[in-house]
Amino acid sequence: MNDATTTTTPRPGPPLWLLAELTYRCPLHCVFCYNPIDFANQTDELSTDDWLRVLREGRELGAVQCGLSGGEPLLRDDLEVIVAEARRLGYYTNLLTSGVGLTAERARALKAAGLDHVQLSFQDSTREMNDFLSHTKTFELKNRVAQIIKDQGWPMVMNVVLHRLNIDHIDRIIAMAAEFGAEYLELANTQYYSWAFQNRDALLPTRAQLQHAEAVADVWRAKLGDRMRIFFVAPDYHEGKAKKCVNGWGSMFLTVTPDGTALPCHTAKMLPGLTFPNVREQSVREIWFDSESFNRYRGTGWMKEPCSSCEHREEDLGGCRCQAFLIAHDPTVADPVCVKSPHHALVVEAVERAEAGVAVATEHPLVFRDPKNSRRLSTQPS
Amino acid sequence: MTAPASSIRPRIGAGFRLQWEPAQDCHVLLYPEGMVKLNGSAGEIMVRCDGERSIDAIVVELETAFNASGLAPEVLSFVEIAGKQRWLIWE
Repeated sequence: MNDATTTTTPRPGPPLWLLAELTYRCPLHCVFCYNPIDFANQTDELSTDDWLRVLREGRELGAVQCGLSGGEPLLRDDLEVIVAEARRLGYYTNLLTSGVGLTAERARALKAAGLDHVQLSFQDSTREMNDFLSHTKTFELKNRVAQIIKDQGWPMVMNVVLHRLNIDHIDRIIAMAAEFGAEYLELANTQYYSWAFQNRDALLPTRAQLQHAEAVADVWRAKLGDRMRIFFVAPDYHEGKAKKCVNGWGSMFLTVTPDGTALPCHTAKMLPGLTFPNVREQSVREIWFDSESFNRYRGTGWMKEPCSSCEHREEDLGGCRCQAFLIAHDPTVADPVCVKSPHHALVVEAVERAEAGVAVATEHPLVFRDPKNSRRLSTQPS
Repeated sequence: MTAPASSIRPRIGAGFRLQWEPAQDCHVLLYPEGMVKLNGSAGEIMVRCDGERSIDAIVVELETAFNASGLAPEVLSFVEIAGKQRWLIWE
């Protein structure tokens, strides 16, 4: 049925996932960071009491997973208070951290507060990759933090963002995660938003690199079995297939940014034509069910062709709105990674540029996520 | 993993948490960044897996509570599956 009148905006279920981005402050400067380009202008962080209220309101709606993220969430000195309340309310509490600042003492305090799980990421800017490859500072830090995590009995998920500059080291990366005793390893290909989009030409891998990485991951999977589960998140630029972004706009995920802006996904704030609500002004319930911005791209009713008559429209929900905006400059069109998108040639072009290797770092130096670059880029006319 | 013996005393695996969710109207198992919704019988089995009760004891309890008989094969097969997923562990 291609009749647009049959498509509706469904009444959503509860937001199962509450991602609390506690701060944009971060000791690292990762070139693939998804935090907004203008993060340096957003310094007005929610207070402890605001966060505790947001947690309560989210839980009342039925949220069960609470991600504590950033920036680097360990930079909030009220993290233990926030974790304790989240746990008391019945959330499964996940700390998403670089590990910088996770001392044994802090880990004990977080354990006492009820923290359920730590996801330790490898930020892996090129400099750090070098550190890691030469077994110097970073390796020692991660090794120490991994041990601290194990000592507290937390399940450990290690997350490594893959890109052109580190993907060939995948064998070493997996070996290290196994050595550290991770239960899960997420090998996540870079998604090209925000800082990663700025650096896309330098970060997009070639097809051969991807195939090699997947083959190496398969060998390790066979070798390790259940001891460490390896997830390989394929890059959608190379797949020709749109993904159901955040499992559907406003269907499961609710992100609250450091200043209290509520978003259906962590990069949605870039989208034009939407004013996102703030938890300082509205309850989580009003935001989730009634706000214009959370309803805008729910379901399939907003779609245009080729999405609106596509047989896959319920599976992928048109893909990612941010990607449509970044690549096609229109958030209401099909995700350009889809082969059916009229803008798909722009994605193919980027992938072909990566194949040809024309984007050398000397032509387009990597832009590091730091306050100086943030202020520079956010004052430029777009 | 071989099929579990009915004398084992399973408990919830490390990193998992079992709880009743009113919003889902079922028991759920929470784990890093995820959730499994349990159906009625899985929920009834899991809430009894406290590391104290044996599978034999759990079967007796369930048969009494639900006025049923012959539940042992179903319970054993669920525990085996749950063990493979690390939802349940035992000595």
